[in-house]
Parts: sequence; C-alpha cells; structure tokens
Amino acid sequence: MHQAELSAASAGAPGGGSTSGLPSHAGLSAAEKSQSRKVLRRRKLLTLAFVAPLIIFVLIAFVAPIGTMLYRSVYHPTVAQLIPETLVALAAWDETGEARPSDSVLNIFTVELQQLANDRDSGKLAEEINRSLPGSSSLIKSSARKIKNLDPEMLSRDGASKLLAMQAKWKNVEIWREMKLAGAVFTNDFYLTALDLMHNAQGEIVARDTQIYVKLYMKSLWIALLITVLTGIISYPLAYYLATAPARTANTLMVFVLLPFWTSLLVRTTSWIALLQTNGVINSFLQSINVISEPLELLYTQFSTVIAMTHILLPFMILPLYSVMKGIDPSYLRAALSLGAKPIPAFIRIYMPMTVPGLSAGALLVFIISIGYYITPALVGGTDGQMISNIIAFHMQSSNNWELAAALGSLLLGLILLLYWIYDRLVGVSNIKLG
Amino acid sequence: MHTLKRLGVALALCTAASPLLADQFTAVSFGGAYGAAQQKHMLDPYMAQSGHKILFENYSGGIAELKAQVESGNILWDVVDIEVIDLERACSEGLLEVFPHDTLPPGDDGTPASEDFSAQALANECGVGNIVWTVLYAYNNDTIQGGKPSTIGDLFDTSTYPGKRALRKRPQVNMEWALIADGVPAAEVYELLSTDEGQARAFAKLDTIKDDLVWFDSWSQAPQLLNDGGAVMVQSANGRIFDAIQSDKKPFEMVWDAHIFDLDVWAIVKGSKNKALAEDFIRFATSSKPESGMQEVAYGPTRQSSYAYVDEAILPKLPSAHLDEGLQASGVFWADYGESLGEKFNEWLLK
Repeated sequence: MHQAELSAASAGAPGGGSTSGLPSHAGLSAAEKSQSRKVLRRRKLLTLAFVAPLIIFVLIAFVAPIGTMLYRSVYHPTVAQLIPETLVALAAWDETGEARPSDSVLNIFTVELQQLANDRDSGKLAEEINRSLPGSSSLIKSSARKIKNLDPEMLSRDGASKLLAMQAKWKNVEIWREMKLAGAVFTNDFYLTALDLMHNAQGEIVARDTQIYVKLYMKSLWIALLITVLTGIISYPLAYYLATAPARTANTLMVFVLLPFWTSLLVRTTSWIALLQTNGVINSFLQSINVISEPLELLYTQFSTVIAMTHILLPFMILPLYSVMKGIDPSYLRAALSLGAKPIPAFIRIYMPMTVPGLSAGALLVFIISIGYYITPALVGGTDGQMISNIIAFHMQSSNNWELAAALGSLLLGLILLLYWIYDRLVGVSNIKLG
Repeated sequence: MHTLKRLGVALALCTAASPLLADQFTAVSFGGAYGAAQQKHMLDPYMAQSGHKILFENYSGGIAELKAQVESGNILWDVVDIEVIDLERACSEGLLEVFPHDTLPPGDDGTPASEDFSAQALANECGVGNIVWTVLYAYNNDTIQGGKPSTIGDLFDTSTYPGKRALRKRPQVNMEWALIADGVPAAEVYELLSTDEGQARAFAKLDTIKDDLVWFDSWSQAPQLLNDGGAVMVQSANGRIFDAIQSDKKPFEMVWDAHIFDLDVWAIVKGSKNKALAEDFIRFATSSKPESGMQEVAYGPTRQSSYAYVDEAILPKLPSAHLDEGLQASGVFWADYGESLGEKFNEWLLK
C-alpha cells in the first residue's frame, strides 16, 4: 500500500532525471528507488527506536535469565576445571569394569588434589562428588588435608600408595566412576535427577532410590488444576451478577474485587495465617458456638494452600469473565426465551458459549500463575502444601545445587509450554479474550 | 608537564591513603535477641573503642548467599557469624579467609588464647568460636498432659504425653534424636546414621509420631508455637526458650536430655576489602568480656576466662553446664550426608 503510493507519487513527478528504470517500474529512476528505500529504512529504524527500550527490557529481564537457566542446567564445568589432568588420564579407564584405575592415574590425581588443597578448592570437588556418592565429601576433604604437606615430587611418583594408605575407600571403583562421570562438561544428569532417574554403574538409565520430584510436579499440577476449577466455580456467578447488576451496585461490588487485588500479596497470605491458625479466628469461632471441641488443623496443610491461593487468584478469573460478559448483548438470551427456550437450557446453550473466551483466558491465567506459585505455599503450605517452586528455592538457597534448580525450572517451563500447546489445540488461543 | 606530575603524585597519594580511610565494614549475624546481644556486647564496645563503623545485617544462615557473593566477586559482607555445620563446608570451598589463630589475645586472666579457647572453637582454620548454643526441646507447663517429660524418649511417647510436637523441617537433629530415642547410645549415632539401616531406623522411629508432628522453618516460630497452643512440645534453639521464660515470663520448661550442641563462629568472607579491620574486630569480639555478654540469651562463651564474668544464676542454664547430657553436632557428617538425607527427608515427608 505504502510502496504503491510512493511509486505512484514518483511516477507522477515530472523529470526524474534518469531513463534507466526497469520496465516494471516504468518512470521510476534508480535515484528515486534508492531514495524511497532510504525513506523506508529510516521509518523502520524509527519504529525500531520506539520499541527498542521494550526489546532491550525483554532481552535483559526475560530472555537472558531463561537462557542462563537453560544453559546452567546442562553446562557444568566445575569438576572438569578442578581436576583436568586426572580426567584426561581417566578417559582410557573402563568405568563399567570392576578394577580401579591404575596407579599412574592415582598419582596424577594426588598431585591435583594437593593443588586443590593448597588453593582451598578441595571442598568444591568434595561437594560435587558427594552429590552422586554421599559420604565422599569427608573422604576427599580429609585426604586433601593429609596430602597437603607431602612432597609433590614424591606424589607424582608414588602418590597412589599414599592415597590408598590414607583411606581404603579409594580402592572402590564407585568414587572413580563418579569422578569420571562428573567430569563431563555437558551433562544431562541434572535432568535425570529432576525426573527421579539416574545412571547406574553400566551407564543405563534407572529409577533413583528417592522418588520426589515427579510426585511434586504431579502435585503442583493437581493443586493448580484444583485452584483453577475453584476460582472458575466461584467467579462465574459473581461475574455474571456484576455484569448484569445495575451500574451502582456493580461498581460498589467491583471495589470489593479490586481492593484485595491491589493489596500486597504478603498481607493477604498473612491474614490467612491469622484466620486459619490453631487458635485463630475460624477455630475460636467454631469452638465458641460448640461445633467442634478440639481446634481443627487448618494451617500448614494442602487445604490452606489451596484456599489461600484461590482467594489470591480470584481477580484473575473474575476480571476477564466480567469484561466478556459485559460485552454480551442481553437480547440474544431474550430472543431465545421469546422463541420458547426454557431459561436454563437457554442460558447453557446461548449465554455460556459466548463466555468461553473469558473463561478460558481466566483459566489459563490462573493455572499458569498457580503452577509456579512460591510465596503462599511457602508460608501456609506446611508439608503437604509444598509445590515444585518451593523445592527449586530449596536447591537455590539451602543445598546450593543451582544446576538441579535450573533443571527443575527448565522442566517446569517445558511443562507449561506443553500445556499451553495442548490448550491451543483443544480450545484455541485465538479464543482468548481479556476484554 | 609540571601539573601532570603533581596530579600523578596526588593520585598516588589518594590510592595509598584509601585503605586507611575505609574504616567501615559489614558484619552479618542471625538477628533477634541474639543479634541484639551481639550489638550490645561486641559491636557497640568495639565501635566506641576503635572509632570504626560497623554495619550490622541479618541473614538466616547457610552458605548460599556467601557463595553467591564470592562467585560473582561482589563482596558485600566482611565478617559473618556462621554455624559450625556450615563453616566446614564454606571453608573448604574457599568462601572464607584463613584466620591467624596465633594473633588472638590472651584471656583477661592472662591465659594464652590457645589454652583459653575450647578445642572446638579453634578447630577450623577459617574462624574463631563465638558461642556455644544448643538445640533442645521444651514444653509448656500449661498445656502438657500426662506428667513432665524429661527424656528424648518422652518426645516420641505420644501415648503418655499426647499432643502435637513441633520440629524444624530438616533432617538435622531430628535424625539424631530418633536414633537416641530408639535406644542408640549418643556416641554411636553418627556412625549408624551413615549406613542405610541406620537411616531407615531413624525414619521408622520418626514414622511413629509423624501424625503428631508440626513442622516449622525458622527458630522464631518455636516459642510462638509453644505459646499459641500449636504444639505441646517444640524443638528450639535454647536461647529462644530462655528469652521467652526470662523476658516474657512464659511457663516453658527446657529438657536437656540429648540436646545437640554446636558452636557459632566469627569468620571473614573471602576477598573482603577490609580484612585487617575484620580480623581486628574478631579479636575483640572473641575476647573474654564481650563473649561473656552472650549469657543474656543463654549462649555460653567459648573461652574459659569468660566465665569469670558470667552470672552464677545463669550458669546452669548455659549449654556448657549440660555438655554431658548432650551430643555435639557433627559438621563432617552433615557435610557428607546433608544433601542425600535432605532428599530422603523430603521424600519421607511426601509419603
């Protein structure tokens, strides 16, 4: 459109100065063409300049962290940097066999271990190996302490016998196997752990002894689904009432929906603690009217997580539903009724299908927000109310296993994208309407 | 040319002088009543005496924040109060500076530092012991039924002493207690816990009271749970219960049987720009008088000469008076098994 106008304009202009235009662009000289290209480019640049802050923001705040997370979940050079020469020597050793590596490999290792001890890095190696073989932390650290004061010359010749004399555990094949495996710079181990799987001695993938992460993913999915259904059930009639009530009533009621929405998340969560705790408002009330004799255990359960999150996420369901319902012409329903439909079938067959875009927008919002929710489960969840995000935080803050946290986070991201894709196939993203 | 030279001299002077001007540094500890006592007896006197300024911040323990600072090279803390359980790991991972123990001052009675400090206080090259504290359990005299609990076995005996028990949500201490309550001698606990059978036995013992357990995350929740009836017995750092009894006159009672004691240590973050100042502060903070101030929150000093300043009435309430009944938390064991037991513990919780 733009291009056409532009060429029409230049075609109309008399005396372009050149006659070497192509037949299809009759009357458009080379200079004019380059001129028009220049103008176009300038406009594009200008448009880009307008959105540049946004693009930069998205890159810094969204793409870079997610990229780092994905990268960290597979890239793990720590061990490779700590004991490079040992790993080179170990490459020739068959880790599926029953024999430990030869003495020459052990000699190289003792020299590197001494170096680590002097650089105060032996703890890093210990932590890495201990992760896959509990108990090796003290083995590596105590050996590093003892090896520190030995003569490096002697170690390079006879380190193996010293090492084996210090701790008989160095004779075991496992520790060397773990060291070799941990030496891989790119690894899928963290993803396996995040799926409760592991490599066994033969390199096959088998189930781990401890099964926690898959269960937690399922539980997070289940809680998110439950919350989505609950918010849907509560919001639908409320939004319908808001959309059909007289403006004054609707506006007043809307304030009650929006006020909590504007209130700090922490305040809302803490007030649930005050309500639900052992001697809290609900228990005291129920006891005072003699419904119960012993206080109920409400707080620090899955129940408290679900009820608090349902409350917190309600506006995300009500608002899209309300705005969609507000836009529905009431005459459709009236027409159905006047043509003889009974009220309930008319509502279900005429009105409800028209609210689907709002309902699906709300459901998608609530579901995706709640599956990765952190603060509320952490505060009111106790043990059964914990979700996958809480264990990710645990690995970031307490166990220092950032790679596993990254793998768990990446899986969560993948899970959400997968659900979004399924949703798109079933409902269609184009059906979403926020207002 | 002349001006340029003068400018150069001025610049050189500035760089030379700047370390002298940097007389402010950051110390980090656990806050609460404990932090207040440290402020009063360690930081304030040091600031008054030396004229340096200390920024005092709180953290909740662990080494994650330390690791983040050291790895990113953005060192914000200088001195940090750290639990021995974490110290072992932080030191061997190169997150802390080595502290020259031979520069520690002698006690006020003239005893050389090497004899004055308890062996555990100087066991690690990265820090200096600051307090002895302990994890024990306490009950509320107003809510307890079935008598007065006195042993760790009573914590697991829900038929004699019905009601909820609150424990901190982590394997540490709970695993030790489960085995001791199951009849394992304290001295053999860590050896047994490093075997699969021992761990299974501890979880089996915890299973017997699983339905009666309430879990909390932060020590501050312990006295609160005991007070508002959330639990009739709680696991707690001894200072929190002591403070509730002493300042708030709560009807709480501490049970010392099988308490798991540990040290807190002052250490210096690797790469601290104020290392000399930080060392100077630690030398002051761990001297006889400032250490004795921690009696206010019932944490014992790590050096013998400090006891001269401790109130006679407080002595029996300090962990140091109950060392025979207790067991020292093993930093080496938890460095080895903290992560794998943490996972098993989480799995057990989900069952």
